[in-house]
Amino acid sequence: MMMNREQKTIFELSSEGRNGFRFPKSDVKAAELPNDLMRETLPLPELSEMDVVRHYTRLSALNYSVDTGFYPLGSCTMKYNPKICEKAARFSGFSQLHPLQPVETVQGALLILYEMQEILQEISGFHAASLTPAAGAHGEFSGVKMIAAYHNQRDNSRRKVMLIPDSAHGTNPASSVMCGFRVQPVNTNERGNIDLKSLAAYCNDELAGIMITNPNTLGLFDENLIEAIDMVHQAGGLVYGDGANMNALLGIAKPAELGFDVMHFNLHKTFATPHGGGGPGAGAVCCTERLRDFLPGPIAAVIEPATDELPPLYGWKMPEKSIGQVGSFWGHFDVIVKAYTYCLMLGRDGLKRVAEFATLNANYLMSALKDVYPLPYDRICMHEFVLDVKWPDAPDVRALDVAKRLMDYDFHPPTNYFPLIVHEALMIEPTETESKQTLDLFIEAMRSIAKEAHEQPELLHDAPVNTPFGRMDEVKAAKDLKITE
Amino acid sequence: MNIIPGFFYSKNDEWVEVKGTKATVGITDFAQNSLSDIVFVEISVSEGDHVEASDLIGTVESVKAASDVYTPVAGVVVAANESVIDNPELINADPFGKAWLIQVENEDGIDTSGLMNAEEYKTYCEGRG
Repeated sequence: MMMNREQKTIFELSSEGRNGFRFPKSDVKAAELPNDLMRETLPLPELSEMDVVRHYTRLSALNYSVDTGFYPLGSCTMKYNPKICEKAARFSGFSQLHPLQPVETVQGALLILYEMQEILQEISGFHAASLTPAAGAHGEFSGVKMIAAYHNQRDNSRRKVMLIPDSAHGTNPASSVMCGFRVQPVNTNERGNIDLKSLAAYCNDELAGIMITNPNTLGLFDENLIEAIDMVHQAGGLVYGDGANMNALLGIAKPAELGFDVMHFNLHKTFATPHGGGGPGAGAVCCTERLRDFLPGPIAAVIEPATDELPPLYGWKMPEKSIGQVGSFWGHFDVIVKAYTYCLMLGRDGLKRVAEFATLNANYLMSALKDVYPLPYDRICMHEFVLDVKWPDAPDVRALDVAKRLMDYDFHPPTNYFPLIVHEALMIEPTETESKQTLDLFIEAMRSIAKEAHEQPELLHDAPVNTPFGRMDEVKAAKDLKITE
Repeated sequence: MNIIPGFFYSKNDEWVEVKGTKATVGITDFAQNSLSDIVFVEISVSEGDHVEASDLIGTVESVKAASDVYTPVAGVVVAANESVIDNPELINADPFGKAWLIQVENEDGIDTSGLMNAEEYKTYCEGRG
């Protein structure tokens, strides 16, 4: 076992003169290099091939991933990523393509992009989609930029205020500011919904729009959603949907029918492509008819309709008043292939079951923990829920301590200290892919930690103890970050 | 949790100490405790700037989160605390003392209407757990 054995860096393992290769003797004359390009030393580690293989194999074995264990990281939707999706993305017909090939030679790839756009439109109820944004926050930026372009086109330059509930992801205000908006927070009420009184105060002719995550980051379906959207629309604003929590709505509710105007989807969360170090994301943007001309491009489209003899010819189209191209080429194609495979594999009924089981699993965990952990918003939750680790009889134990202690029980900690409106937040999202047995083991660990918190709090303060390194000094890491020698 | 009698308090957890036409502004013990270890402080106003009540004066960042800080009172900035920028942990150690953030002066007097007194602030904090 690797436990408690300190890992040396590859530089510390270096032994002078050792190497893993031999160059063949040169049969051409050595070229002279200009002196100003030469250096005295080049301190690269010197190791044999076996040393290098062992070092990195050991390190990789220390990794915790969805493939090794339960990963209830709220808001991140760390569901299992089916291997068939990886296999599909690796087909040489996809992986060997060059983005500059003539469209006639990549019709299969274009068909997949076209159909993925259609699938997202079907799931969301929106009229158009662009797959080019590279990640969730990038999708937000693109969507908010479309709202800016819409108001500009209508000469509504007074509309500079973007409303954002105080429970929102931090990327929402960042995207708004990058698009030139002034951010105005909107309060959350005691039931965890948008506070309509707080919202009403900002519904005027300066309002550009609102960014809403639904279910929100407390894992709750906003009971004021329809009314809030109406108020913003009546004031002339547009409604952006942050699709981070779409996993709870698949096949159940269509965001366009709820009144959203534009929304991004995290293909890497909802549609099971690896993320968070396991691969890049993809943040497709979908919108209603009145915003479709502003979508980022290019978009996969039929450029020559089918004839009696020939299928349609797919190619690229740039929307008429597009905010432009937000990345190079055509988006993260291999990620889209994985998401497409996932959708076809599950089909309409399967995707609906995803949302149902994600919600069921979260409520099962919540019900089994709420008698020992404070639950600030005690309602039926959607795909995740937020605990507030504040025990009057164990005042020195915080959310961070519980999160760290979970590592000793071989679970990945949940998201902590988010959303900000819950001060000692632990945000737990089990996803639909976990079995009841796994959930029961997690419940057992959490209940046992709650007991420790009251009886032996020092166990939690010292945690983790079963990992190669113990509790990290986060203050030192933030204040005294040293990234070079 | 510590609360100083005689100070004024905002809903955003800033405190104000008034002495004549001058006021000192900082963040409260409740605020530092819920933020946990502070690692970075930025004061975005400097001496001579005029600030209105609720204007942004800086940012406090902890290992958990970053929070904007607003001045609860209007006036001209007469001092900004350099030492708390160099030693952000002062806010954890002494939020009501050495870790003050700015001082403002207002010849028309410091307007504290709309702020809470120590007793009201205590109730406000208890209401939030």
